[in-house]
Amino acid sequence: MSDWSQALSSHAGGGAALAAATTSGNRGLQIEESLIFEEDMPGRCGVDLPEPPPFRDRLGGLARTGPIGLPGLSEPQVVRHYTRLSQKNYAIDSGLYPLGSCTMKHNPRLNEKLARLPGFADIHPLQPLSSVPGALELIGTLAHWLKTLTGMPAVALSPAAGAHGELCGMMAIRAQLEARGDPRRRVLVPESAHGTNPATAAACGYAVDPVPGNDRGRVDRASLEAKLGPDVAALMLTNPNTCGLFENEIVEIAAAVHRAGAFFYCDGANFNALLGRVRPVDLGIDCMHINLHKTFSTPHGGGGPGSGPVALAAALAPHAPLPWLVHGENGLALLEHREGAAREAFGRLKAFHGQMGMFVRALAYMMSHGADGLRQVAEDAVLNANYLRARLCEVLSPAYPGACMHEVLFDDRFLKGTGVTTLDFAKALIDEGYHPMTMYFPLVVHGALLIEPTETESRASLDAFIEVVRALAAAAKAGDAEPFHAAPRLAPRRRLDETAAARKPVLRWRPPAAETQAAE
Amino acid sequence: MRYLPLTDNDRAAMLRAVGAPAIDALFADVPEQARLSGLVDLPRAMGEIEVERRLGAMAAKNLAAGNVPFFLGAGAYRHHVPAAVDHLIQRGEFLTSYTPYQPEIAQGTLQYLFEFQTQVALLTGMEVANASLYDGATACAEAVMMANRLTGRRKAVLSGGLHPHYREVAQTYADFVGFELDAAPPAPEGGEDLVARLGPDTSCVVVQNPDFWGEVRDYSALARACHERGTLFVVVVTEILSLGAVRPPGEMGADIVAAEGQSLGNALNFGGPYLGLFASRDRFVRQMPGRLVGETRDADGRRGWVLTLSTREQHIRRERATSNICTNSGLCALAFTIHLALLGEAGLTRLARLNHHAAVRLAERLERLDGVRLLAGNFFNEFTLRLPCPAAPVVEALAQRGVLGGVPASRVYPGHADMADLLLVAATELTTEDDVARLAAALAEALR
Amino acid sequence: MSILRFTKDHEWIRLDGDIAVVGITDYAQSQLGDVVYVELPEIGRRVEKGKEAAVVESVKAASEVYAPVSGEVVETNAAIAAEPAKVNADAEGEGWFIKLKLADPKELDGLLDEAAYKRFVEGQG
Repeated sequence: MSDWSQALSSHAGGGAALAAATTSGNRGLQIEESLIFEEDMPGRCGVDLPEPPPFRDRLGGLARTGPIGLPGLSEPQVVRHYTRLSQKNYAIDSGLYPLGSCTMKHNPRLNEKLARLPGFADIHPLQPLSSVPGALELIGTLAHWLKTLTGMPAVALSPAAGAHGELCGMMAIRAQLEARGDPRRRVLVPESAHGTNPATAAACGYAVDPVPGNDRGRVDRASLEAKLGPDVAALMLTNPNTCGLFENEIVEIAAAVHRAGAFFYCDGANFNALLGRVRPVDLGIDCMHINLHKTFSTPHGGGGPGSGPVALAAALAPHAPLPWLVHGENGLALLEHREGAAREAFGRLKAFHGQMGMFVRALAYMMSHGADGLRQVAEDAVLNANYLRARLCEVLSPAYPGACMHEVLFDDRFLKGTGVTTLDFAKALIDEGYHPMTMYFPLVVHGALLIEPTETESRASLDAFIEVVRALAAAAKAGDAEPFHAAPRLAPRRRLDETAAARKPVLRWRPPAAETQAAE
Repeated sequence: MRYLPLTDNDRAAMLRAVGAPAIDALFADVPEQARLSGLVDLPRAMGEIEVERRLGAMAAKNLAAGNVPFFLGAGAYRHHVPAAVDHLIQRGEFLTSYTPYQPEIAQGTLQYLFEFQTQVALLTGMEVANASLYDGATACAEAVMMANRLTGRRKAVLSGGLHPHYREVAQTYADFVGFELDAAPPAPEGGEDLVARLGPDTSCVVVQNPDFWGEVRDYSALARACHERGTLFVVVVTEILSLGAVRPPGEMGADIVAAEGQSLGNALNFGGPYLGLFASRDRFVRQMPGRLVGETRDADGRRGWVLTLSTREQHIRRERATSNICTNSGLCALAFTIHLALLGEAGLTRLARLNHHAAVRLAERLERLDGVRLLAGNFFNEFTLRLPCPAAPVVEALAQRGVLGGVPASRVYPGHADMADLLLVAATELTTEDDVARLAAALAEALR
Repeated sequence: MSILRFTKDHEWIRLDGDIAVVGITDYAQSQLGDVVYVELPEIGRRVEKGKEAAVVESVKAASEVYAPVSGEVVETNAAIAAEPAKVNADAEGEGWFIKLKLADPKELDGLLDEAAYKRFVEGQG
């Protein structure tokens, strides 16, 4: 018996009835949509292009011989297809998106408009620099804002995402340690860290040494200090941490790290809570990446593109990757090679200068808020999270007592004995019209539910969410687990069989004929 | 502040609900000496009009490609993007959604990524493709690391025809991750012998097609030589549109293809965000970096899509992950997918012919100039010229005349006297007869 | 007459003559959930006691299978590579992973017997 049939039989009732409700399988505005490959009308084209006059090609006999296999569709078909697909997505535009540590805030459309100005979007990375002074000015201005907000003297802008920024920061640390003739082996990473931290340290050639947390949801300072030694290159710490708590001993921790001759890397995923109220430099941080796609509202786009600039202390700044933006005699200049001030750059991380399109959006966001608005962002983000905590703590089970920062962590004790799991609870939220919170992360808490509302939710929006969560918690405790197991029932799809997907991966469409051949 | 819905009344009521006397109470864990009491030294909030005015002024200082005859390539290409593409990718449901971790309410993203994976596999002639990486250069470095894992070897041979920035990125990863690179020197005039560099410890050979200088080559024999030695063959493509006209890497024996997908659906953007494409063979899929979308069924038996084979990734494997990459280039991948869906088989191949035709026409025109020599024998939409003098000042002079005339090799290879006179020139479907005439005239004048 | 032993990492080992069969315990498979993939070592590889010998993956977790004793891999179970569900269905029987030719039978002495492993698992609660 296959797992699909198991899944089917265990949810037979409600699901089958719903699926049979219409002859088309469509449900109101929810339209079943096939793949573009299945809509192929050979020869059709959604772009009108002239055919070039006959000419002698210069491909040297290397012209493509067979068909590619791409489908042909007209423009209306394509527009309808992708419009229908879009309607199967949840988005911050359509509702609260309380994913913890993801900072799903409103994405202003002004940013989109400005990023598309030809002066930013239609310039080539290798144009003569004399023809792009405004682009350099934009990058320089963004760097100034980031340096002011972090208090750090330098910022590396080229990393394409948070994890890429982590790599950049750890490379700068290793480059500096090697430059001073003090290569080290170990990197300390708290157990509550996001998985990219250990992955990054390992990718950078370091052994990862996990540090346990304490019962207050912070890193255990005594264990951490016991692990520090002359072979420790760095501590990678997230602050506020992934439990939504400020590491209140961070200054002492930084001092201990520095006494050991190591560097203090801060994962800046949660910088939103600190904007304008705390500068990382004042916490003793040497290096911190900033997710422009979290803190500074550049859109997540279904998983990228992101942008992960890295703020660097003076000791690390000489090793920042190429290219460098510098203030020269004739204004801003770009150093693209190991030369002059950039002679100790550790290398290059990306083909060109960085995520310019994201820089424009992030700067537009920062200028819109200003120094006053950014401080308000942090305060409202923290207030919103604490409001949720205060109004949910009696029905859910807070993982740790006391106030939180920009996100609040619950565990699954409130579900004990109900037969409802964290996953079931999250899926039930989908039927109620909400994207679930982050689940099962951080790993240090059993059945974690991590909720980050962000500052762009109104009080009414929070109240509506609170009512739904309270009602679901009550329903779970009342003992009716079955609707939770069957959830979601009203989404474009019910629970999907991830086991089957992983056991026999189907990672692309193939024409039916080819499938038949493969089966023979 | 237009983006912040809370009013002061809300804040006061919420603080009461929280049981905090003031907002400062919620920041009590911040050490005293690290609390900022006033505002940081930056401008105050601005309305849309003011932000638009200031950033618009910066944008206006740049010479946009669309306003002048434009001939730059070298890894970033200016193509026409149909209006429907930008309209569709700005739908909020695509633009403002997160990574599809809740598949039941992210089928839109998952399905287009499945279509994207299929398109990339078809275009490159490979069996399987991932849901994208940051850009072509990081994809190239990831390809080398994947080859190292698959072969258990730690030395990669790079062709001198590989984009120098891609080589630098690979070198950076090599320095820190800990593997070796044997990078052949650039050979713009040809004559590279990579087989001579193969050894028993070579994990892979990386070539680019068309290469950095624009030359299109048949690499089938090199692929065979690699495979005889247990070495994997990696092909980099920086102009993905070339695959509408040129035999794909999959037909030349590639084991891994790493490419830049910017040409389809995406603007120049001064270098980013771009779109890393990554394709390989089915049997290597467990060692592939990046996200993968797979087909499955839901509890009602309906077809659907999920992220799959996630155990390769950092959130599960942590320090043992195949790569530390977390995000992909989702929205750029969507733009690519929609543009390619609009083009289809007929449109893509025609667009490729238009590009090739434009480049052939341009080459014929420029070859006639005194002292100018065309290096490439076979090319797609870009080629290299040897000028009778250093190219960088010529390009600067052309820019002063309102012509963006190409990329001087010295921009990426400074200090190489033998390459100082080389100029990379690209033409696309956007290049007009008039553009060609103006470049030819300006170049003739600059060389006089 | 075969000897059955267990490790605290939830592997089992059954010795027949000088060949030992190794797999993961029923408790381990229940904790992992649906197994979707197993990676088996090459025949002829020498594995070391306590070091990685194979990998087993479910949708949400990847786990190393450690060699309970040192030895040479003489056979691997192709059936579970083709159909990983077998590990869930019969972890301590048809779902075996590898057969080892033992380097030192005395290494078995330090492992848990069935009763001790049962107590250990109950202690994991």
